Amino acid sequence: MDFEFNEQQRAIQDAVVRICRAFGDDYWLARDTDGEFPEAFVKAITESGWLGIAMPEAFGGSGLGITEAAILAHAIARSGAGMSGASAVHLNLFGPNPIVVFGTEEQKQRFLPPLIQGKDRACFGVTEPDAGLNTTRLETRAVRDGDHYIVNGRKHWTTMAQTANKILLVTRTTPISECAKPSEGLTLFYTDLDQARVEVRLIEKMGRKAVDSNALFIDDMIIPVADRIGAEGDGWKCLLHGLNPERILIAAEAVGLGQVALERAAAYARERIVFDRPIGKNQAIQHPLAVNWMELEAAHLMVFKAASLYDAGKPCGAEANTAKYLAAEAAHQACQRSVLTHGGMGYAKEYHVERYLREIMIPVIAPISQELIKSYIGERILGQSKSY
Amino acid sequence: MKILVAIKRVVDYNVNIHVRSDNSGVELNNVKMSMNPFDEIAVEEAIRLREAGKAEEVIVVSVGTSACREQIRTALALGADRGILVETDAELQPLAIAKLLVAIVKQEAPMLVITGKQAIDGDNSQTGQMLAALAGMSQATFASELLLGDDTATVTREVDGGLETITVKLPAVVTTDLRLNEPRYASLPNIMKAKKKPIDTCSPEDLGVDVTPGLKILKVTEPPERQAGIILETVEELVDKLQNEAKVI
Repeated sequence: MDFEFNEQQRAIQDAVVRICRAFGDDYWLARDTDGEFPEAFVKAITESGWLGIAMPEAFGGSGLGITEAAILAHAIARSGAGMSGASAVHLNLFGPNPIVVFGTEEQKQRFLPPLIQGKDRACFGVTEPDAGLNTTRLETRAVRDGDHYIVNGRKHWTTMAQTANKILLVTRTTPISECAKPSEGLTLFYTDLDQARVEVRLIEKMGRKAVDSNALFIDDMIIPVADRIGAEGDGWKCLLHGLNPERILIAAEAVGLGQVALERAAAYARERIVFDRPIGKNQAIQHPLAVNWMELEAAHLMVFKAASLYDAGKPCGAEANTAKYLAAEAAHQACQRSVLTHGGMGYAKEYHVERYLREIMIPVIAPISQELIKSYIGERILGQSKSY
Repeated sequence: MKILVAIKRVVDYNVNIHVRSDNSGVELNNVKMSMNPFDEIAVEEAIRLREAGKAEEVIVVSVGTSACREQIRTALALGADRGILVETDAELQPLAIAKLLVAIVKQEAPMLVITGKQAIDGDNSQTGQMLAALAGMSQATFASELLLGDDTATVTREVDGGLETITVKLPAVVTTDLRLNEPRYASLPNIMKAKKKPIDTCSPEDLGVDVTPGLKILKVTEPPERQAGIILETVEELVDKLQNEAKVI
């Protein structure tokens, strides 16, 4: 067993840390205030070729694994960019995976290079107002009409749809009543986000103001058959392929954000003098921070265990879910403790940790709830009855 | 034209360093190591010269343990063409490093050697100067601007009084100051390419250089902790304290 990054992985981490250094706390605080998409940051990341980290070399990527993508995602969040920085590039790291695995050569050639070069920006249309974790219940309908499909429906929590020109869209092509199983009859598309046929409405939210989340109202959107990924009805199979990488990446991001929150708390505890001594001299301050550190380290190990299993082509469902669960718990605790350690200052925006606390709720809630992960482990690992 | 860049593996500038409890040196266990920041500027300058068509090849050399390979690889990821590691576990002082570099200079015959004006670990600022003297090359230290002619280099140097511009004959050794350039960061495609670039390894014995230290380090201690300041009411009080307590006037 080897718990060390190899030379190339360290080089990746170093290079990302350096890029992120140019985008300091003030930059992210300003984006959190004005809500503008972090274009300059995304440009820097794109120009240095990072968007293609896990994409095939044949299409301009670097052909590395989820382990390396997780190192990248972690380093971004850890720099203080948090979920604002990570979410702005996150989708590019694993999102196109269904195209890589199920797309035709023509589709890969057409879709992947512009994504890697940052010329295309994609959003992901899966969740619906009435179909969240129960994805198979989604109701957005695609009806075949000659060489096209006509799509109608609604999507919810579609990230970056304000500026995206492409969408990875999951639809139902066969009504659920005509399918043997709910997971059948779904079809995936990667196509132009036609703003004339899709109304994109911003959702005001708790944190990560710079990276928009949206409600989509799709009205007679026309999609060429050539933009369908995989066969009709294979949408669920295509989707499943991206679930574990997504959980691994978001777990890596959570750990990074938790660590920067903890670092700030520790620095403040050393410097802040109350009753003529640094507050960190009190065990009531010091011990919770020590616990945060241990919990984050443990979660980080699970992230890389899951990533290395995935990269070795082995099943990693339990590990990827566990990584997401542990990382979200540890990082949520760390962010909360960081605000508490800062006392009143923790509530002030200029100390940055209240922003971290708002942002860390994202990996706690998404892409799968902590509760459903417990149900998964209970059922699949511990052999209990399905509880939902 | 070939450019040789000498780089050193040092404690990362962000690390808060501690002296080992036996006072034998600085604690290096589990400490993040990086390329000396001044050497990064040297690598950047060499790559820019090659990109401007003034040089054909940038060779990076480092001296030290096999771990130095990592810093050589970093330089290759930034754009250097190939690397040389003079591998040794011995403790190295500036004179020994300069002698090893002289041997590499003899092998490679570069027209220009660029290296940091000092390394942030020992802060000796000796290697570049010793190398120039031993190899019989011109030297231009503390460069903040470098213009390469056909057989000369015009270098603006940062000196105490301001800026000094000198022209030296090639081959020359140039040591870099902070303001010479702002180093780029490695792109992912270049990190991938760097894996395939060659790093040759040799030993001090291969080069026929004796690296036995000439200086002996007796003791390394932490600098004294800075005392809190005081606020004085009057100028008389200040003069009195400067005279009688600090004894500086």
